[in-house]
Amino acid sequence: MITNNVKRRAATRRRAAKFWQLRLYVTDSTPNSLTAFANLKTFCESNLKGRYRITVIDLVKQPQLAKGDQILAVPTVVRRLPKPVRTIIGNLTDTARVLVGLDLRPTN
Amino acid sequence: MLKFGATNMKKKGHQPSSTATQLPKCPTGIQGLDEITGGGLPRGRPTLVCGGAGCGKTLLAAEFLVRGATQFGEPGVFVAFEETEKELKANVASLGFDLAGLVRRKKIVVDYVHIERSEVQESGEYDLEGLFVRLGYAIDSVGAKRVVLDTLEVLFASLPNEAILRSELRRLFRWLKDKGVTAVITAERGRESLTRHGLEEYVSDCVILLDHRVNDQIATRHLRVVKYRGALHGTNEFPFLIGDTGLSVLPITSLALNHKVSTERIATGIPRLDAMLGGRGFFRGSSILLTGTAGTGKTIISSNFAQAAARRGERVLFFSFEESPNQIIRNMHSIGLRLEPLVKCGRLRFHSARPSLCGLEMHLATMFKEIAAFKPQVVIVDPITSLMELGTVSEGKGMVTRLIDYLKAGQVTSLFTSLTQGGHALQQSEGGMSSLMDSWLLLQDFEGNGERNRVLYVLKARGMKHSNQVREFLISDHGIDVVDAYIGASGVLTGSARAAQEALEKAAVLTGQQEAARLKREVERKRTAIERQISGLRSDYEAEAMELRRIAEQVGTSTLMLTTERAASGRLRQADIKVATSSRSNQRNGKVS
Repeated sequence: MITNNVKRRAATRRRAAKFWQLRLYVTDSTPNSLTAFANLKTFCESNLKGRYRITVIDLVKQPQLAKGDQILAVPTVVRRLPKPVRTIIGNLTDTARVLVGLDLRPTN
Repeated sequence: MLKFGATNMKKKGHQPSSTATQLPKCPTGIQGLDEITGGGLPRGRPTLVCGGAGCGKTLLAAEFLVRGATQFGEPGVFVAFEETEKELKANVASLGFDLAGLVRRKKIVVDYVHIERSEVQESGEYDLEGLFVRLGYAIDSVGAKRVVLDTLEVLFASLPNEAILRSELRRLFRWLKDKGVTAVITAERGRESLTRHGLEEYVSDCVILLDHRVNDQIATRHLRVVKYRGALHGTNEFPFLIGDTGLSVLPITSLALNHKVSTERIATGIPRLDAMLGGRGFFRGSSILLTGTAGTGKTIISSNFAQAAARRGERVLFFSFEESPNQIIRNMHSIGLRLEPLVKCGRLRFHSARPSLCGLEMHLATMFKEIAAFKPQVVIVDPITSLMELGTVSEGKGMVTRLIDYLKAGQVTSLFTSLTQGGHALQQSEGGMSSLMDSWLLLQDFEGNGERNRVLYVLKARGMKHSNQVREFLISDHGIDVVDAYIGASGVLTGSARAAQEALEKAAVLTGQQEAARLKREVERKRTAIERQISGLRSDYEAEAMELRRIAEQVGTSTLMLTTERAASGRLRQADIKVATSSRSNQRNGKVS
């Protein structure tokens, strides 16, 4: 158990050093979409400052993009980089789940 | 029978009003399904297709789309939750559907929606707008009129929040209705409800239940329209099957009893049997049942019939469920029936299969397919009983009904042989089938005098004069020969009893002839005797007559002489006595000499 934790922390540190590429799929400016964007921004600012890029994709305007990332629920955040690809659905109000979902640990 | 009758009534009752107030329907193009639903699925509404694993939900849905795109000019969208686009294309290709081609020509869009629960984290609220967007995009890209969601229930496994899912599904179906697309949603069969996740709560305009049951180790698929809001529909379970041209549902009552009839008669190949049937054989397009116990010659009579028809230039399709074609050809050769040349010139075709090869429905579909391909004028099924054993009595009867209806619609003459179990009353065991048949020939074994003999008689022949005589028939090197009836004191004589009777009659004739000859001889003899007698008498008479004549002459002479003498004596008395004496002595001398 201890060794596992050690390994995971090491991995987190390695990944944290890389550049993060995130995609946020939304539809229009629904409350959920806005909340999700705000939450994601907050997370990234506090955890990945300067090492991230968020691409917001409005499916109403670009519906053909939904197929590529297998988008079903909205809003959805897809971590394109670092690999592997991870997906979180929802407006990201549950912070703990977002951290697990993005495999992101606070750096403090 | 009641079951089928009810459907029939329902359908009939519903047809007149079909034009006025019926819901708009979307034809599926699936053989038989449109007949059950009275024209197809409700247009612009979702239909739920539920059933257990492997009962053909996806194929039904795929066929609905493919036929829509190819036959009705309605493009479609296939949202696959279970299979990838590639898998799906490969799967439906086995039914002869070119899904890949339709996708290329932008008639159908396949969208594989996949969500892996382990890769997805849920955080906060969300909706399924993404699915709507994808679906909407796909629909708009080809102008789809039909949508398939297969299997929506996968979402329940992928998304943890069931409350959201349910409300979103409700919204989805509303949205589909607003879009005006005809949708087919497939779902897994639940243990107690129709679907595992209660989808029927949301989709309730039309619910079709598919089922795959195994009876006696033979699987049969069934389809039932559980619910069809706003339209009358067949409520029974209909067997269906998945063949290489897609699904076909086989409704029993899809054909009405209004087929054309022919007055043409066709010979059976056995002249004496034709003679028993008013001299001209059976009606073309009629159904003939040939029943008999084992070894009574059913196959031989059917082969005879087949040969006669093929020699007339008709096409004959022989379904054999007991023997292989080669075996039949060989066996028939032994009695002088040469079927091989007829097979070679393509007028006789055999189709042999073991009854247990597949279910009743599959057999029926295969037969339909063979008949449609070969277009025969005569169809022989030998024996129908081994097929009927595959299902229950009503299933078997339903199958025969459909087969006969199908054949009659095409004016095909059908001959069914039926094996009766020994010890059963013949009429009783065929009760289920006999009413469907126009003519019924019965073959029987007569046991007696330590031998078995075959007899046949016409039990019924609708619409024609027929003999009521039980006839014995012989199977020889030259085929079948129906022999003269010999009726003895205890009924019809057969076999050696008939031969004995024949001999007896011959002997009697011979005795009569001999007696006549004897009598003739006797008479002849009598006649000769009489003639002889007559000639004797005549000669007697002639002798006497001769004597009489001589006496008469003598008397004449003596009288003359006397007269002369008297005259002479008179003269002598007057002149010379000496002359008188000498003349008297002269007379005496002459008499002595």
